[in-house]
Amino acid sequence: MTIIVNKETTVMVQGITGREGRFHTERMIEYGTRIVAGVTPGKGGQSVAGVPVYNTVDQAVRRHPDIDTSIIFVPARFAVDAFYEAVDAGVRNIVVITEGIPLHDEIKMINYARGKGVVVVGPNCPGVIAPPIRVKVGIQPARSFRPGHIGIVSRSGTLTYEISDYLSRSGYGQSTVVGIGGDPITGLDFIDVVKMFFDDPDTKGIVVIGEIGGDAEERLARYIRDVGLKKPIIAYIAGKTAPPGKRMGHAGAIITMGMGTAESKISALRSSGIEVALTPMEVASLAKKVFG
Amino acid sequence: MKLYEYEGKEIFARYGIAIPKGRVVSSHSEVPEAIKYVGLPAVVKAQVLVGGRGKAGGVKIVNSVDEAIDRVKSMIGSSLRGAPVRKVLIEEAVDIDRELYLSLTVDRSVRKYIILASREGGVDIEEIAARSPESIVRIHIDPLIGLRDFHVRRLMYELDLPEYGDLYNIVRGLYSIMLDLDADLVEINPLVITREGRLIALDSKITIDDNAYFRHQEFFDKLMSEERDLTEEEIVARKYGFSYVKLDGDIGIIGNGAGLTMATMDLVRHFGGSPANFLDIGGGANRERVKNALSILLNDRNVRAIFINVYGGITRCDEVAIGIVEALKEHGTQKPMVVRLVGTEEEKGRQILEEHGIKFYVSDEEAAKAVVEIARRG
Repeated sequence: MTIIVNKETTVMVQGITGREGRFHTERMIEYGTRIVAGVTPGKGGQSVAGVPVYNTVDQAVRRHPDIDTSIIFVPARFAVDAFYEAVDAGVRNIVVITEGIPLHDEIKMINYARGKGVVVVGPNCPGVIAPPIRVKVGIQPARSFRPGHIGIVSRSGTLTYEISDYLSRSGYGQSTVVGIGGDPITGLDFIDVVKMFFDDPDTKGIVVIGEIGGDAEERLARYIRDVGLKKPIIAYIAGKTAPPGKRMGHAGAIITMGMGTAESKISALRSSGIEVALTPMEVASLAKKVFG
Repeated sequence: MKLYEYEGKEIFARYGIAIPKGRVVSSHSEVPEAIKYVGLPAVVKAQVLVGGRGKAGGVKIVNSVDEAIDRVKSMIGSSLRGAPVRKVLIEEAVDIDRELYLSLTVDRSVRKYIILASREGGVDIEEIAARSPESIVRIHIDPLIGLRDFHVRRLMYELDLPEYGDLYNIVRGLYSIMLDLDADLVEINPLVITREGRLIALDSKITIDDNAYFRHQEFFDKLMSEERDLTEEEIVARKYGFSYVKLDGDIGIIGNGAGLTMATMDLVRHFGGSPANFLDIGGGANRERVKNALSILLNDRNVRAIFINVYGGITRCDEVAIGIVEALKEHGTQKPMVVRLVGTEEEKGRQILEEHGIKFYVSDEEAAKAVVEIARRG
């Protein structure tokens, strides 16, 4: 089994005719993802990589009632509208790749969708990839991943590819890899995804890739203290050298009010029995000891 | 983007939040007129965007026009904690009974808005949070229902202020400002209660979400038409679109992706070096971007060695390699450089670098050790 996506996952691409949308639609299909529709207002009737394009989400889901997942490549100023269109059309999983969505939009979007039980990955994320079933709803380079039993959840993109690659080379393939996104407000958070991995019989161990800013890692640590370490976890936290008050690339990677430092996260995770690697490579070298 | 105190106060006034009578001046010649308007004693406040202004001497009480002129003369053109003073706000002195802290922001961990308040005004909230976190009043607002009267009632009773009806208008004002202007922080510190029992915003701090630029283009453009002290980071971001943060070390860092770039800085520190910056070229960078990024570091006198760490997913290693070679051709001043490139088109990238005699690594740890060693030798 995998999480969030499965063999039946049927995908719609919002913003399919844009440069990014087109490029990654081709890559996702190449990988094995079932993409049945694309949406770009005004481009209905065209096709991209053999995928029919519709003007509205409503038209797409009426024609393809099996759509359960949407991936959004729409530019920031239109992404909010595209997102609500997908939620109101009844799509169950929404992956938002778009970076730069205003904070006040995100806070409403996520509360609205969570209230309806919709699973949101992102915004500002690389998406979800499940190597054992070759399903990718995202922009990850396929070469970094191998099928296996390690679940990865991360706030960053490239760093995740890097660590997956190290794990793959050491013989630790992945069950599902989830990039929850680098913004201050995200749909799924670490706790949500770790819970899913705990419940997934095919995931034997978990890697959590965090970074400075917010308290998602500290809350995960508290959650683990409450429910117990049901599966072994290795964590890596980026930003040990980041100064306070500065945004480090991601909108959410900022130390404010003394909160969100790497030290605070590392000590919280360690006190919950989670192994913390000090370098990306060390995640792979700890794997043997922690995952067996 | 951060607003100056006087800009924030103009906005407060528009939203019915009381502020002291005041005038902004950019030359001492405007002082007599300003003092005539606000009266004496008055307060002169240097307009800068850095914290700790009061402690650095940026806020002074004056009792005469001459004193005001002297103060303004010495402030304008000087720098306060590294920030140039271009404008000074002259305000009436307010008769203070009590000082409070009040702000509205986003609590990311519960995905809600939050009112933060404290009976200790005038002190940094960071300081209060560190010293007595339990004394901070925290009231969450669900974005789907918005600000309601009960939120303000709770705040009034928590602050022990049931007699101050002004608080309704102030909190409503802050909430409207936050939403109307896409602010991620709206702060009044201190919010003072005068001896006559009025509530007045003695300072303002507003930061606007840069991602919302498209909704407030006119407003942003008006702000940018004023000379502002942009940080070096903001200047680089505006010019090239990079996320860039300057640090105090000597090893320049370039990475692709925020997480990987931070991890690269950490790796340098891990092996005993000291990063000079954070520079993320982002996903899918072409040769031009790589060249621009490298130029920033090649022109930085504090940078003694450079570490480029790229994991090629969407980013192609050959494009990165060409960008590096082009930057080096353009700048005669070559600094020692360690390049670690893996991923898409890695072979081609390696070949290009080798043809130009640039040393190349596959392991990020080996590369980090090498650059630390080079910087140490100088």
